[in-house]
Amino acid sequence: MRIAIIDESAARASIIQEGLATFDDCELFVLTERRGLLSRIGEINPDIVLMDLGNPSRDVLEEYFAVSRALARPIAMFVDESDDEAIAASVDAGVSSYVVDGMAPGRIRPIIDLAVRRFHAFSRLQQDLAEAQGKLAERETIDKAKRILMESRGMPEPKAYAELRKAAMNQGKRIVDIAEAIVTAQRLLGDG
Amino acid sequence: MTNELTIGFLPLVDACLPILAHEHGFAEDEGIALRLVKDMSWATVLDRLLYGHSDAAHMIAPLAIATTLGRGRPAQPLSVPFVLGLNGNAITLRPELARQVRPEGHIGDPFKVGAALRTIVAERKAAGRPLTFGVVHRYSSHNYMLRYWLAACGVKPDEDVEITTVPPPFCADALAQGEVDGICVGEPWNSVAVEQGAGEIILATSQIWRRGVEKVLALREPVLDEKRDQVQRLIRALCKAAAHFVDPVNSAQNAAILARAEYLDGSAVLIQRAIADQMLIARGGAVVEYPDFMFQYREAANFPWVSQAEWLYTQMVRWDGMAFDGEDAARAGRVFRPDVYRSALLGTGEPLPGASSKVEGSLGAPTAVGTQQGSMVLEQNSFFDGKVFDPHHIADYFASLP
Repeated sequence: MRIAIIDESAARASIIQEGLATFDDCELFVLTERRGLLSRIGEINPDIVLMDLGNPSRDVLEEYFAVSRALARPIAMFVDESDDEAIAASVDAGVSSYVVDGMAPGRIRPIIDLAVRRFHAFSRLQQDLAEAQGKLAERETIDKAKRILMESRGMPEPKAYAELRKAAMNQGKRIVDIAEAIVTAQRLLGDG
Repeated sequence: MTNELTIGFLPLVDACLPILAHEHGFAEDEGIALRLVKDMSWATVLDRLLYGHSDAAHMIAPLAIATTLGRGRPAQPLSVPFVLGLNGNAITLRPELARQVRPEGHIGDPFKVGAALRTIVAERKAAGRPLTFGVVHRYSSHNYMLRYWLAACGVKPDEDVEITTVPPPFCADALAQGEVDGICVGEPWNSVAVEQGAGEIILATSQIWRRGVEKVLALREPVLDEKRDQVQRLIRALCKAAAHFVDPVNSAQNAAILARAEYLDGSAVLIQRAIADQMLIARGGAVVEYPDFMFQYREAANFPWVSQAEWLYTQMVRWDGMAFDGEDAARAGRVFRPDVYRSALLGTGEPLPGASSKVEGSLGAPTAVGTQQGSMVLEQNSFFDGKVFDPHHIADYFASLP
């Protein structure tokens, strides 16, 4: 089976590709370039096309599938209406899949399910990364607030941290919120 | 929150009304919250609407009808209770071609430009390299306006020229690379092509049909029924946003909002030009003022005239090469929901037309029309070739098209 993966994110495409490589009857083609997309698809003559929902070329591809007489075999997003659940899951995951007419649903489903899982995994990875970056920024704010307390009130570090934690508990806030208030206040008061 | 509505949009100037209804608090004033979801293709905007990621969408009007009629996918009834605007698109050619078909420094007259273009079309066809145009979608007003104009000028789309789909953000690049010779697209993408020297504007689509329906607010029919109250609040908020949008006092502020990364992520200067009906038609040239280039509010522009949906159906049949079907024409007409528009705005200061359908293209001069509420004067709304679409005689109109 010939599968084309069209994705402007090379990182995501390789995650999908790696997953699909576990199917031994699949030949995979990764396309990340907009230019020449349709002629590449024509050459590849895929059975399945996977494309991320954020790709601006989706309308181009759908138009090509709808009208191109160059395609020997018609391709559609909807093989039949019973695919609706699978399509809904794909849309949730952020991937659209186009399948050549006449392909047995039993062969398609595992591939699309896997693509959906990989798309979800990729967005979880991105989320984790964003969270990690957020945590790093929080850490820096807390350190800054500690330094302000240490310098302005002559506290040792553990005492400065304990003060922050006490204030957070008393006010029902997170330590980082208290730290941010201290950093902002100091900036406004302008002595540092 | 039950009063939250999610609205999908593409980053185009005519996505302005939902964005401004949110940004200026008009939605909040009506007791609803809007969540705006940006996408990069109409296919994805439509998927999100059909699979419940969004409640409503900024959509090219013909796509709402095509989806209802099941063109290219299983049919899913959509409803349009509000038109987001009229026109606002332009036709841009590669600079060397543009200079051959229109007067220096001006946009042209549609007939004269068409006649000049016909000569080039014939030469290029004879040379085996037919002229190629990019439009944003098969089911777009851009496609229908371009084809309407070409056909009326004696150029047969599909036979004499090629028309392909090019996503708006790639239009300038496609012109520069010679993938296409011309584009018909909304703003700011013509201006982007001009700024880059990749193209020059030859016509505004408002020259082809002075009051042509463009983007609409589309919902799945069951969602409209289920959320009728919120949708009516949304319609009132969009109307207020429209009044704000067309007031020249606000154009700089609104352009700055639309230009932000989460919306159009583009140049506020170019966006403001479109809002102010100004076009820089060639790089380094003068800015040309073309009144009503975009038309977002006056003359109840947002009213979903059933006759406009029916006109779009005639063009769909015409260019999809399908047989005319009276039943489908009626289904297409029912996509537009003036009843919802009326019930949302009854008792407000907005004028409500007395009729739900009109003879499109029949007005040559300002004409007072009967209303259910308020007073209303409709201005010239003609097609450039003088044809008139009478919704009582759709089949005859269809048969009369070139």
